[in-house]
Amino acid sequence: MVGAGHVGPVIARVAVAAGYEVTIAAAGDPKEIELITQVLAPGSEPRWTADAVKDADLVILAIPLHRFEAFDPVLLADRLVVDAMNYWPAVDGKRELFEDAQHGSSEIVAGRLAQSRVVKALNHIGYHELEGERRPSGSSDRRGLGVAGDDGQAVAEVAEVIERIGYDAVRLDSLRAGRILQPGGPVFGRTLSRAEFERAVHTEAAASGVR
Amino acid sequence: MTTPAAAPEPTRFPVVLGLDTFGDRTSDRNGRALSHAQTIRNVVEEGVLADRSGVDFFGIGEHHTSDIPMSAADVVLAAIAARTTRIRVGSAVTVLSSDDPVRVFQRYSTLNALSGGRAEVVLGRGSSVDSFPLFGYNLADYEALFEEKTALFAELLKGTPVTWEGKTRAALHDQDVVPYTEFGPFPTWIGVGGSPQSVIRAARHGFSLMLAVIGGSPARFAPFSQLFRQALERFGRPPLPVGVHAPGHLADTDEKAESEFWPHYLEVLRRYSRIRGFAVPTKESFAFEIGPEGALYVGSPETVAQKIAANLIALDASRFDLKYGMGGLGHESLMSAISLYGEQVIPRVRELLRSERPTP
Repeated sequence: MVGAGHVGPVIARVAVAAGYEVTIAAAGDPKEIELITQVLAPGSEPRWTADAVKDADLVILAIPLHRFEAFDPVLLADRLVVDAMNYWPAVDGKRELFEDAQHGSSEIVAGRLAQSRVVKALNHIGYHELEGERRPSGSSDRRGLGVAGDDGQAVAEVAEVIERIGYDAVRLDSLRAGRILQPGGPVFGRTLSRAEFERAVHTEAAASGVR
Repeated sequence: MTTPAAAPEPTRFPVVLGLDTFGDRTSDRNGRALSHAQTIRNVVEEGVLADRSGVDFFGIGEHHTSDIPMSAADVVLAAIAARTTRIRVGSAVTVLSSDDPVRVFQRYSTLNALSGGRAEVVLGRGSSVDSFPLFGYNLADYEALFEEKTALFAELLKGTPVTWEGKTRAALHDQDVVPYTEFGPFPTWIGVGGSPQSVIRAARHGFSLMLAVIGGSPARFAPFSQLFRQALERFGRPPLPVGVHAPGHLADTDEKAESEFWPHYLEVLRRYSRIRGFAVPTKESFAFEIGPEGALYVGSPETVAQKIAANLIALDASRFDLKYGMGGLGHESLMSAISLYGEQVIPRVRELLRSERPTP
């Protein structure tokens, strides 16, 4: 888990609850986030970023997007990376790198993380909902969450994590298609079942001419 | 009353029940928007009524938009202070990152003098970001600005002379900053929406913690309370109170409160959802938010009092500030909500808390 702000500790918490071994890193010394980790995500281990990602099967990136620009892509080389970040100019200010109408924010992130496999997920559920809306598999009110990526195997691995923490994974077969998960899109911040989620994706795709 | 050999009591702070407003521009009886000037004068009347109704605190949140023209909250608070003797007055919040901590200190120290020591400050970001471009700041520098400016504010509260050096404003060398406070530093809080680093920062500087719970389950903030207490301990500071700021509305009955509040809530959130890209609320999501698990305190005095008491206990908090008003809700229904809050909700919350946790 890279990021110990609003989002990171919540994801770490539900990942620990799902039985995963979790390390968590912020921008600097792990001592700085020791207390946060102990109280908000007990069971996860604070580390330096390089140590946290070194042996990770999966890295979840949840840092402010403007900090991503200074993030060293080499740290995440050969890793499976979940991009849980959003470009939110009204709240965080405009960033030139992401002012690109042709590409989604995760496509731009993936462009910079050229040696990583990047999957877009966990960006469109509120950090304040992530814990409370989990449901066991098969529950009628289980929420659907999108998982988008160009690498089918990577998407499958992330989908498995989503299912295990308590959500139905709705797979999208490219980061380009994952633009539908962005702020302003039809699923952003909405509690939808898998069927409703899939319907929203189809409707939007038909309307915009995107596959 | 003493109980021999009893276990040591955890530190208890007096229960403080306040009101916050953003000073939304309201409408007249015909639904026409009032002028900014009239909106501001109405907020003064609301603050005076809050005092008369028994409310402990009245806060105004800084905003800079045509639908929320409260850019100089401290001036409005001064007018309220001049017409009252009891109620505490403060910000909710002051956007410190785009302000000068020296000026914020001077303004609130002046308010503290005018009010006879009734001033408070809540420092934070709020959900409004308009002050950044207005005053020439970059939103991307938010964290660095807030970190440095809260540190300076903590220095200023210690009293003069102040010596400080940083990157965000001119250095101070043995600088006298006036007016001096009469009875030591005034209460200062940090408003936190969900950032654990902000909780740690509040503890590090010895500021109290105000949790802004504006969506989702309030109980999920309980770990933040715990984090704050442990952080205070780690920094060797005495315990400090935890407060909750949350939106709501009151009328005689649940149905009336809901039907008055819903259309304005929908309208305001629809507008924000266009800018920020989140989902527009539905009747269903509204029903959740006003229910026991949700963030809105909308209903009859009994419904709202029950919810406040339950969440103060769940979050181990001693302070609750109800953010009243929403978009075009009329001044008259706001005045009625204020009376109900002061005269019925507050005594009922105190009663519920006394039966839940007897005071030693």
